[in-house]
Amino acid sequence: MGFLDIKQATKSYGPVKVLHETDISVEEGEFLVLVGPSGCGKSTLLNMIAGLEEVTTGDISIKGRSMNNVKPAERNIAMVFQSYALYPNMTVKGNISFGMEMQGVPKPEREKKIAQVADLLQIGQLLDRKPGQLSGGQRQRVAMGRALTREPDVFLFDEPLSNLDAKLRVDMRTEIKKLHQKLGTTIVYVTHDQIEALTLSTRIAVMYGGYVQQLGTPKEIYDNPANMFVAGFMGSPSMNLFAAKVVSENGRTAVEIALADGQKATIPFDKVQGQEGRDVILGIRPEAITDRDGADRNSQNVHVVEARVEITEPAGSDTFVVLQMGGKDVTGRFRADVDVSAGDRFPFAFNMDKAVAFDPKTEERVA
Amino acid sequence: MANTSTNPSAAVGRTKASSLSAAVPRIILYTVLVLFCIYYLLPLYVMVVNSLKPLEEITAGGMMALPNEWTIAPWGSAWSTAQIGVDATGLRPYFVNSLVMVIPAVALSTILGALNGYVLTKWAFRGSTLLFGLLLFGCFIPFQMVLIPMARILGLTGLAGSVPGLVFVHLVYGIGFSTLYFRNYYAAFPTELVRAAQIDGAGFFTIFWRILLPSSGPIAVVCIIWQFTNIWNDFLFGASFSDFDSQPMTVALNNLVQSSTGVKEYNVHFAGAIMAALPTLLVYIVAGRYFVRGLMAGSVKG
Ligand SMILES: Nc1ncnc2c1ncn2[C@@H]1O[C@H](COP(=O)(O)OP(=O)(O)OP(=O)(O)O)[C@@H](O)[C@H]1O
Ligand SMILES: [Mg+2]
Repeated sequence: MGFLDIKQATKSYGPVKVLHETDISVEEGEFLVLVGPSGCGKSTLLNMIAGLEEVTTGDISIKGRSMNNVKPAERNIAMVFQSYALYPNMTVKGNISFGMEMQGVPKPEREKKIAQVADLLQIGQLLDRKPGQLSGGQRQRVAMGRALTREPDVFLFDEPLSNLDAKLRVDMRTEIKKLHQKLGTTIVYVTHDQIEALTLSTRIAVMYGGYVQQLGTPKEIYDNPANMFVAGFMGSPSMNLFAAKVVSENGRTAVEIALADGQKATIPFDKVQGQEGRDVILGIRPEAITDRDGADRNSQNVHVVEARVEITEPAGSDTFVVLQMGGKDVTGRFRADVDVSAGDRFPFAFNMDKAVAFDPKTEERVA
Repeated sequence: MANTSTNPSAAVGRTKASSLSAAVPRIILYTVLVLFCIYYLLPLYVMVVNSLKPLEEITAGGMMALPNEWTIAPWGSAWSTAQIGVDATGLRPYFVNSLVMVIPAVALSTILGALNGYVLTKWAFRGSTLLFGLLLFGCFIPFQMVLIPMARILGLTGLAGSVPGLVFVHLVYGIGFSTLYFRNYYAAFPTELVRAAQIDGAGFFTIFWRILLPSSGPIAVVCIIWQFTNIWNDFLFGASFSDFDSQPMTVALNNLVQSSTGVKEYNVHFAGAIMAALPTLLVYIVAGRYFVRGLMAGSVKG
């Protein structure tokens, strides 16, 4: 049993089921990120944990106590909203102390706590302003300050950074991570940004269509995606997914892939052993397609295929090189100094240790 | 909100000729506006001037002329001694009736409208849209249609012919509109604020009182102006559901004008009419300013 347990929880609005049976168990001090495209049910699940939405069936418990009939205020949680939800008629100070006031905390104690939080988030000079007089980043801090006064069991964040500009978002991301390391409080964090998910989390739940597609550490999610949705959603640029056929070549299992010029490449691939004759979707991350020198030296299964370079896209530290495989554009990530240009025939090194395969119909992992 | 930046070069580069040609349409515009203003203010002028004259000056003609002999006697008469119906009480008791009717009716219908709007937008329940539809429908039922059912209900509840009865009637009629105002206003109020307050531990009424109401100034003023004007100026309900001692100002004014035996004291009638109109005028002047101020504050906040 974990610290925060979600057991077979579902949510329906009338006949529409927006969250299907969900099981997640979060340990104390974990940073769980719910990630997925818009409308997948992330906020719904978070609001169910907060008690703002009722659980249709199933159970959510915190510290072993079922929360189904517990009011939001009594769950000992704190929440930061996407729009920050600062009370417009109150000062920053009023916003931060409102929760404590509601809990009946005496005034001197409130003042002490406000000073402490203001110090932690460096918003001391803003305390007498109204939210309307703050910048986006400052509002964000105040919203976090309001949450921090509660010393909650669980922090809930609903896309707290999505209203900030790109630079500030990266800064605040680091600050949230620091804050988590400093306080060690359990966090459930919603985002649709997969980079935020990978950088912040200790565990990720990838959601789509009201289902948790995969639950695991960032590394598991990245290296071993459970299905094609997770593979395509996590990582930037996203994992290359293209059609291939499992064949046997010289007694060794391999995958046969159509190239641009009507030719076929055959790459040994032991993971699909025993499935000869089957069509699969092969998934390879861009960093597993390189030039020969850039290939991972620890890998036992680097295979070289000569193919035509379609486009090169220099991106500062890396150059992305596009070739055609299985009728799709496939991107490889090269060091910037590799000499390669469009139209060349070039020996690409495929690190097949990092390759995965999916069933074309069910889209589930087969190897 | 974007700041409007003034362009300094525009001011510097303005020449005399262009300022003259720009002034002509402006002069025409102001002339027209002043004429309209005079046209609309004329009745008020006539009322004020004639309420301050002795009756002979009016009957001698010259409605438009200023009084030769200024007097406030017609005001005194209208207020405390004029014949209203059978008694010579002046309008005072009826003015008091109207106040006693209008203040609770406006306050209650505004507060209930705000509560309704809050529930309908932030605590929507199964059937709440239908309920709102029915309330809206209530706004548009013609007054005449409810007269008989209302009379029956007032009779059954023992409120017939009393000021509380009138308060009740106006409350029932006013809730539809005040709910409409507040519902539409609160629909644009961020629900996340309510949720944040819930997590902070605020209950149903605390959220209403501490979070929603402080931001409701502009709509409350609109609602109060609307309700006050309608209820104060109402004649039909007042004439239908009141007794002699619970008549509101409008009905009493009518009686004053109708029932003067012998000579028609026009100056007294004018004074009475101004008295009847004064409170609504006052509400516009006082609250109207807050109304505009509220709108401005909202737009700057962004
Ligand atoms: N009150 C409601 N009635 C009916 N359907 C709803 C209601 N609230 C949410 N939904 C549906 O539930 C689904 C999940 O919504 P949710 O807000 O959890 O999405 P999300 O993953 O947070 O998306 P986003 O990234 O856009 O915030 C959506 O398809 C939405 O249309
Ligand atoms: Mg959401």
